Amino acid sequence: MLNRYPLWKYILVVVVAIVGTIYALPNLYGEDPSIQISALRGGRVDEALQKRVLDALGQAQLTPKKAEIGEGRLLVRFGDTEVQLRAQDVVRGAVGESYVVALNLAPATPRWLQALGARPMYLGLDLRGGVHFLLEVDMPAAVRQAEERHVNDLRQLLRNEKLRYKTVSLAEGGVILVAFSDAETRQKADDLVRRHFPDLLVTQAERGGDVVLELRMAEPAMKELKKFALQQNLTTLRNRVNELGVAEPVIQQQGESRIVVQLPGVQDTARAKEILGATATLEFRLADDEHDVRDAVEGRVPAASKLYHDRAGRPVLLDKRVIITGDYITNAASGIEQQSGTPAVFITLDGRGAGIMADRTKDNVGRRMAVVFIENKSETRRGEGGEAVRVKRTTEEVINLAVIRERLGKRFQISGMDSPDEARNLALLLRAGALAAPMEIVEERTVGPSLGQENIEQGFKASVLGLALSFAFMAVYYKLFGLVSGFALLFNLVITVAVMSLLQATLTLPGIAGMVLSVGMAVDANVLIYERVREELRAGNTPQAAIHGGYERAFSTILDSNVTTLVAALALFGVGSGPIRGFAVTLAIGIATSMFTAIIGTRAAINLIYGGRRVAKLAI
Amino acid sequence: MDFFSRTTHFDFMRWRHGAMAFSAVLTLTALAFLTFRGLNLSVDYTGGTVIEVAYPEMVDLGPLRQALTADGFEDAVVQHFGTPKEVLVRLAPRPGVAEKELANRAVASLGKVGAGEPRLQRVEFVGPQVGEEITEQGGLAMLAAMIGILIYVGLRFEWRLALGSVLALFHDTIIVLGFFSVTWMDFDLTAFAAILAVIGYSLNDTIVVYDRVRENFRKVRRGSSVEIMNLSLNETLSRTVMTGVTTLLVLMSLYLYGGELLRSFTVALVVGVVFGIYSSVYVASALALALGVSRADLMPAQKEGVDARP
Repeated sequence: MLNRYPLWKYILVVVVAIVGTIYALPNLYGEDPSIQISALRGGRVDEALQKRVLDALGQAQLTPKKAEIGEGRLLVRFGDTEVQLRAQDVVRGAVGESYVVALNLAPATPRWLQALGARPMYLGLDLRGGVHFLLEVDMPAAVRQAEERHVNDLRQLLRNEKLRYKTVSLAEGGVILVAFSDAETRQKADDLVRRHFPDLLVTQAERGGDVVLELRMAEPAMKELKKFALQQNLTTLRNRVNELGVAEPVIQQQGESRIVVQLPGVQDTARAKEILGATATLEFRLADDEHDVRDAVEGRVPAASKLYHDRAGRPVLLDKRVIITGDYITNAASGIEQQSGTPAVFITLDGRGAGIMADRTKDNVGRRMAVVFIENKSETRRGEGGEAVRVKRTTEEVINLAVIRERLGKRFQISGMDSPDEARNLALLLRAGALAAPMEIVEERTVGPSLGQENIEQGFKASVLGLALSFAFMAVYYKLFGLVSGFALLFNLVITVAVMSLLQATLTLPGIAGMVLSVGMAVDANVLIYERVREELRAGNTPQAAIHGGYERAFSTILDSNVTTLVAALALFGVGSGPIRGFAVTLAIGIATSMFTAIIGTRAAINLIYGGRRVAKLAI
Repeated sequence: MDFFSRTTHFDFMRWRHGAMAFSAVLTLTALAFLTFRGLNLSVDYTGGTVIEVAYPEMVDLGPLRQALTADGFEDAVVQHFGTPKEVLVRLAPRPGVAEKELANRAVASLGKVGAGEPRLQRVEFVGPQVGEEITEQGGLAMLAAMIGILIYVGLRFEWRLALGSVLALFHDTIIVLGFFSVTWMDFDLTAFAAILAVIGYSLNDTIVVYDRVRENFRKVRRGSSVEIMNLSLNETLSRTVMTGVTTLLVLMSLYLYGGELLRSFTVALVVGVVFGIYSSVYVASALALALGVSRADLMPAQKEGVDARP
């Protein structure tokens, strides 16, 4: 009973300490305010760009700390945020539109640490400042859109196959009704639909004297559709956020119909929301120039037309049939039209869209075509009983009306914009494309950068003080043993930070509180051990036997209490979401690391001090 | 240093009936407050908008409220946040007005009081259905944690002890919630995190006591259940006090330097830690006694055939 550890245990403790320190280290270096320049279509990140950027900065007398090219982007670091903000404007002017210039807080981790894969913890928005959005995809709308698409496609198919139908309509409950005048045609149509639309469930029925086919979407198809709607929204959001020029944005799916968007460092929330929240769809329609728009305003709208208004509120009469929707747009860019020198938007369609567009415009050269911008806003109101009721509002607006000069194909342009800004905005809206389904912002949090900084400082101060107090208290109460456990606490904090950094877990303010608290609670294991050691001494055991017995007998208690807490953490992780999960993770990491440091770590130190020799008295 | 040079001999269990009555009254009072008064729920749960602004100089709340009321925000809750320069405004969800506009309009009227241009520190908007979900999920998570504990302690110790520990957790949670109801402090997400931490702490405390109870039942052959319980509580007393004091020290530093955002977290934890210690003794242990836990229940399983049956 000499309290000696085998060599491998000492080595284990030392290795864990070294590895822990290395991976916790990046957190000490902090971050440089920097700007990050990445290429859009047509741009290239290379030495030439770097030179251009540095020259521009030199002319504006802004001195960067460092510039580096990596991961397809140019990163320029600065000493403080003020220079950084001015630099962004300067660089934006210098590199033009083929680049995105974003603000970033780049970790100032030295190269050798980076090479080891060591990165600082990811700071939550409450610590670094920025905006957090939770968006919900309107699934019923996505389903309705799909049903409407089916109605159109069915008409097309039946017409192409020369099967005479009476009507194709959308009835309640998502049922598409196709009415025929005789059962024979219906049977032919039935076979045809089954062959061409495997996603639709087909039943034959009689309604109001007509023989009809009742079609509805099959359950798996419905699921697929919802998944697709979410995916498309995610993609669209990614594109839009890229346009915003934000470094390290988080765009994630949450649950079946929600998307989290976090934009660190963004302060201009109004613009962010305009771009994210404008859940727009676009439609290209022919203008109805045969009828007088004044009649329509007075209520006599022709059957084949629909009355719209433009941004200035002027009435415009358009054809009811849609040429194409925004779904077919693959790209849209703003620029200057060569001939007239006015700002214009250049649009590219996908193959199918190009086909339709060519088909519909070839006979209509000289007529006007309108781009209708449809904004879907939905908001939640409280109903009479206090329950949440979703209310939808759709605004339809003609954003552009232009004469078709020639048959339009895959690429065409809309000219006649008033300003480059207008062209850029239209291009952005077109490019972001039509979302598969409208979205609504259901949660939003904005934290100013100064508040974030304040939170970090306060969290840091509180942690240091808490640690110091525990350290002092333990040292006074348990003397040398207390001192050892104090170092174990420090060790524990380092490993916790290292694990959080390695997992790239997000550190938030409650997370800091959790860590500080786990410091207080990590003491518990040592208190349990030391009290046992004292008991053993009181019972008349020798110092060596007391150390051995204390550690051994306290172990089952520590294990029991920690495993029980771990069970609770697991349950919280399994059921909870977001902040609850974050707390559960911090708790679980804290438990694991504190078991290691409090039991094996302190034992190693105590064994080194007292082990293997005759001891008369323990400093406990 | 040593607070307890010898093992103490307090007769904790003598007061257990009184303490049980005290706990029952406290729990019922807390429940009554929760039922009739409820919690001062933050926007995290109710939905709505929170705006935090910082003024360059001290600002009075009276004129601020008037300015907001004049601009149609009669329902705005205005309070200082940490310092007299910082102000927190809470707005209920309102139908028909886009939330972006709402915050802008409110900030505009906050600038009208002549205390300088307010700097926007933070804006939070939570939709009503998200709030409802967070409340539901939080409750569900807590329930899951308690069931998990019940099963684990039941397997590892004994069902009476499991029931005792879970009731102790329930007791602590209700009392901390009741505290929030009585003081009408903001109950936000960090306060919820604090309740989770309280559960962790209280559980830890209870398990340490139980562990000693089990050990003593097996080791000490003489003495009634009450005496064993007392002995165990006394033996673990110094540890209970030490851990409690260090945790409270840490909480103190969080209270002093953690800032306004962590205040509810800290206060909830202080109340929770104090009651967590108390409940390990007077709820968990006393309840296990009341349920009739005895030596036979805690004997190692392999001896069951020999002397586990009286």
